[in-house]
Amino acid sequence: MFYREAGQFKTSYAADQAIFPILQDRLFVIAVLAVAYLVIPFISTPYFLVTIMIPSLIFCIAALGLNVLTGYAGQLSLGTGGFMAVGAYATFKMTTMFPELNIVIVFLLSGVFAAAVGVLFGLPSLRIKGFYLAVATLAAQFFLIWLFNRVGWFSNYDPSGTISMPPRDVFGIRVVGSGAAPEVRYLMVLTLVVVFCLLVKNLVRSRMGRTWMAVRDMDIAAEIIGIRLMWAKLSAFAISSYLCGVAGGLYFAVYLRTVETIAFDVVLSFVVLFMIIVGGLGSVLGSILGAFFITAIPVILTRAPHDLGIPISVDMAQHLEVIIFGSLIIFFLIVEPHGLARLWQIAKEKLRRWPFPY
Amino acid sequence: MRAPATEAANATETGKTVLSAENISLTFGGLKALRDVSFDVKKGEIRAIIGPNGAGKTSMLNCINGFYHPQEGTITFKGVARRRARPDRIARQGIARTFQNVALFKGMSTLDNIMTGRLTKMHTNFLLQAIYWGPNQREEIAHREVCERIIDFLEIEHIRNTPVGRLPYGLQKRVELARALAMEPDLLLLDEPMAGMNLEEKQDMCRFILDTNHQLGTTIVLIEHDMGVVMDLSDRVAVLDYGNLIADGRPDDVQSDQRVIDAYLGVSHQ
Ligand SMILES: Nc1ncnc2c1ncn2[C@@H]1O[C@H](COP(=O)(O)OP(=O)(O)OP(=O)(O)O)[C@@H](O)[C@H]1O
Ligand SMILES: [Mg+2]
Repeated sequence: MFYREAGQFKTSYAADQAIFPILQDRLFVIAVLAVAYLVIPFISTPYFLVTIMIPSLIFCIAALGLNVLTGYAGQLSLGTGGFMAVGAYATFKMTTMFPELNIVIVFLLSGVFAAAVGVLFGLPSLRIKGFYLAVATLAAQFFLIWLFNRVGWFSNYDPSGTISMPPRDVFGIRVVGSGAAPEVRYLMVLTLVVVFCLLVKNLVRSRMGRTWMAVRDMDIAAEIIGIRLMWAKLSAFAISSYLCGVAGGLYFAVYLRTVETIAFDVVLSFVVLFMIIVGGLGSVLGSILGAFFITAIPVILTRAPHDLGIPISVDMAQHLEVIIFGSLIIFFLIVEPHGLARLWQIAKEKLRRWPFPY
Repeated sequence: MRAPATEAANATETGKTVLSAENISLTFGGLKALRDVSFDVKKGEIRAIIGPNGAGKTSMLNCINGFYHPQEGTITFKGVARRRARPDRIARQGIARTFQNVALFKGMSTLDNIMTGRLTKMHTNFLLQAIYWGPNQREEIAHREVCERIIDFLEIEHIRNTPVGRLPYGLQKRVELARALAMEPDLLLLDEPMAGMNLEEKQDMCRFILDTNHQLGTTIVLIEHDMGVVMDLSDRVAVLDYGNLIADGRPDDVQSDQRVIDAYLGVSHQ
């Protein structure tokens, strides 16, 4: 009843192809953006921003990246952590070599290094598919972590291999490093997420996206309509790794600030994979929902007993968190194997028909 | 339906050869799928390939569009002889096809499936696509218009936004034809476009094939088991049996050829 498209006739292909063709969707997105920019930074505690919003937003970019590769182009990858590490170390090396370089530009450039590495490790995808490809990307994951551990140059010869983000200003405002306000860090990451979501959404509804989906759905048929499989797969690896690289740079510089390679180990690859599975494969919205779900739920669960005044030990709380978190994931996958994004879709269909049952 | 087919036959009698396959031999291990087969396709005609199951009809199409590489023989398309070309290269040269068992992109809508047929004709780079607004949008709209004309032509307006996985088989075959037409091919290969259809769907499909041939001037190679359809639609018929070309000519001549009758009755192999 409230959500309906009746009466909204498209009179041009441009209107029909618009990013949010339905008025209510447009209003909803505007409302979410307004809250994200104008409300959250002013009412949130620094704790909420730092432990939930900032990491969730950073993982949005990583999940978006993996979704391009796995959800849209159908290439399974377990190398996300490795590609994020490339972004992190590229950020560190660039900003220590050229301290004057604008840190936002450093982030954007870090992705380029990750993209190059991604293309390199994407080469096996020309020969192998599915689980075999996943194993090949796993090799990339282990190799990259080993490399950053082994070669001192990457960590500027720090004895323990740790890298720390030095403070950097943009237009006189401290955005990263010690002294950067949570609100500023939040707004910077939020803006990057909005921009990347928009760019990726545009890509996937254009030629590039259809090329990827064609390869995902049936590579033989993709070839007979003239798609060069090599180009299609490697472009997916490049853009996916680019996004993962930028996310890695932010994960290091804005969220953790001091990292060892262990932060980017294979667990991280799986975490991002869970995000897109729970959120929805082949969906930009799914990447966002998945990133927030997987990042925020554990934090909320950990704090819940304390906030509710239930006296249980820290150990017990941790075990409970894992159990509940795992059950939630299984529950959602059973209820809707196509992810949270699909649940949202279904909710909208219900709203459209409301108050009638069908 | 008969009259237009004969008319077309007369009109294309003098047509230039678009594709010629010479002495094609294809073996899988010990199995000879094609033995020394030669045949040609003239511009503007509907060329049928018939034969019993396993005769090598699909293999022939696979050779033409680069899936299989025959051990011997040459294929010449638009005057250029080729050996071992990749399917995507051949698609770009102007050959489109449909498959015996539908090969659509299941996760995409009808419209998006048809739009994939335009991919090789779109040129904005990925940065412009990411920005969308501007050149990319203009290109999207221009190609959308072409696809909408094809959608009208094949009468599938009502399923424009339906995911193709949900469509009944007959409509899926039609969407696959639409995708092939979106490529604006010079040569269209149809592998049993009417298999598994009911009478009404078959009649529609026949009409679409004839309209494609007449209105768009597309040259068509057609594999079909329904003899009535073949006789009505095609200008010339090639008959394969156990990988051999046993007859080639006008439908009436082929139909009365003793070897063809034997092949279909299975006489020669008993
Ligand atoms: N990729 C392959 N590997 C091995 N054998 C093959 C392959 N493709 C086809 N064949 C064999 O080649 C022969 C011809 O097959 P083809 O598919 O061309 O027949 P067809 O005339 O299209 O038959 P149908 O009417 O059943 O579609 C068959 O014996 C088949 O088993
Ligand atoms: Mg066949």
